Amino acid sequence: MSAQILLEGLLAGAMIGLGAVGLTLTYSILRFANFAHGELLSWGAYLSLSLSLAIGAVSGASLAPLDPFSVSVALILAGLLAMALTAVLALAVDHLLFARLRRRGATAIIVVMASFGASMALRSLLEFLYTSKPAYYSRELQIAMPLPGGIRATPDQLLLIGLAFLAVIAVHLLLTRTDLGRAMRAVSENPALAGIVGIDTAKIVRAVWIIGGALACTAGTMSGLLVQIRPYMGFDLLLPLFAAVILGGIGSVPGAMLGGLIVGLCEALAVQTIGAEWRAAVAFAVITVVLVARPTGLFGRAA
Amino acid sequence: MSLELLAYCAFFLTVALTYAVIVLGLNVQWGQTGLFNVGVAGFVAVGAYVSALLTSPAVEGRLGGFELPILVGWLGAFAASGLLSALIGWMTIRLRADYLAISTFGIAVTVQLAVLNLEGITGGPFGISLIPRPFGDLAGRSLAFSLANMALLVAVVFGLYLMLQHLAKSPWGRALRAIREDEVAAEALGKSPRRFRIEAFALGGAIMGLGGAAQAHFIGFIAPENYLPMLTFQVWAMLIVGGSGNNRGAILGALLVWALWAASSAVVEALAPAGEQARAASLQTVIIGVALCAILLFRPQGLLPEPGGTRRRLPFLHRWRGTPAATTGSDRT
Repeated sequence: MSAQILLEGLLAGAMIGLGAVGLTLTYSILRFANFAHGELLSWGAYLSLSLSLAIGAVSGASLAPLDPFSVSVALILAGLLAMALTAVLALAVDHLLFARLRRRGATAIIVVMASFGASMALRSLLEFLYTSKPAYYSRELQIAMPLPGGIRATPDQLLLIGLAFLAVIAVHLLLTRTDLGRAMRAVSENPALAGIVGIDTAKIVRAVWIIGGALACTAGTMSGLLVQIRPYMGFDLLLPLFAAVILGGIGSVPGAMLGGLIVGLCEALAVQTIGAEWRAAVAFAVITVVLVARPTGLFGRAA
Repeated sequence: MSLELLAYCAFFLTVALTYAVIVLGLNVQWGQTGLFNVGVAGFVAVGAYVSALLTSPAVEGRLGGFELPILVGWLGAFAASGLLSALIGWMTIRLRADYLAISTFGIAVTVQLAVLNLEGITGGPFGISLIPRPFGDLAGRSLAFSLANMALLVAVVFGLYLMLQHLAKSPWGRALRAIREDEVAAEALGKSPRRFRIEAFALGGAIMGLGGAAQAHFIGFIAPENYLPMLTFQVWAMLIVGGSGNNRGAILGALLVWALWAASSAVVEALAPAGEQARAASLQTVIIGVALCAILLFRPQGLLPEPGGTRRRLPFLHRWRGTPAATTGSDRT
């Protein structure tokens, strides 16, 4: 395994891991596999795009990239705003759909099916608004710089790997060191008991969607920056996201990140050895191996 | 009523009936057993390709040329999809319910990728053409051809319907319902939930494969883009609208949703300007997606509810007390 493959895998893995953290939280606290999570990535990416164009149009000059990155001030502001808006979108979908199903006491699998329908609707809405033509945040070409160990990387790539890890560490600290985090873990452990000791479950559910939506937006915007922005970008990442969640163990934030990195590295390795056309099957292979060998994942409790 | 219109109606009905076969298969898995399959397209594709390979003439650079009778192809499709489903079921049904959903989703992605990339077997992006069509010698006379195929599909759907109705009333079907409603009690009576579930999943998958084969032979051509997640979504919409757990509902849902789909596609083609066709088509999907969610919210039992009352919905709390819910396998520690 050459160092260059390692870098490619790290990049893909950082994105998958970021997206998977939100998915693993919703999975463990709301107890259903959300098939619409990929669409939060896509919507985040497109919201960043539209907002950065709007901010650029209003301010005029600050669209210039911050050397050496291709990221502009406008895009950074837009990304932060888009994180908030994606969180709002996640809350809205929950309010309109999942919360009602929960109140009605629908089984988890009905909620999964509803999320499947929501995924279809949200994705097609993006296609309707932006067409299926790929879009880009900047037209600038980035030159890869040689790094020690014979690796070549663009400044953007290094920035994103750093950002991804910062985000995950922040979430991990939030979960382990704050009252909100403790309450979230209590609800995921035993919602009925958590309610009895006075934890406001509705507030926890809101917090989960806000964190999940914001992280999904970050992952989507990164993916758009490194590759391209397409309506299907999140849906195509859904299987790797699930693979990362299951591999890491449902509910574990470090597990999701580590799972994402492993899936990303496996993908990079497979592209190198088998061919890029089989990339999408790698995540399924990982899921299969985990389910047969260790259904609880790396850090999981009983499956 | 002109003859062309009659031929078109027969054609339309035949396509809808091929969907009805697939929906009947899903009804065995979901409606009667509560197993959530998000990879319908994959099982349909396996059936379509197996049957096409067994029956189509040889093509340079691709496996095939067996030119077996159509019936053999259909039986092969039934067996191949059934085997694949049994394997998936054996792997995941012992785990939590949504792992089955994720695995089947993965299967569909992988199958689609395989038919797209294994050019030496599947023809890759070019697909397989020249699939023998039932009553092919009538192909020159469109009315006779459409009517004959329609009659064939009516017979297939009706036969399946009778078989499944009989199965539902049989001890096997009753055990399935018992397991779905109260797993613990069923197990206490000596019914192995896991075995029954895998059998039901395999039977449902096999029927989906048969539906895929029927579709492939009626159209005469298959390609990988026929088997995208959209197909899974359509089949689910048909079952939910018709009423899951009800075989008549499954058939009704297939006819109704296919009619709506075809009608709205025609409207899109007629009204949308040439450059905006794709856009309008995506709006069509948005509406269908929202409609599916709305039905799940406001009329989860569909148009024709399950005979013998709707199933008992277990509240979430039931799972939070640590007891296995209706659709989960036993908890592994």
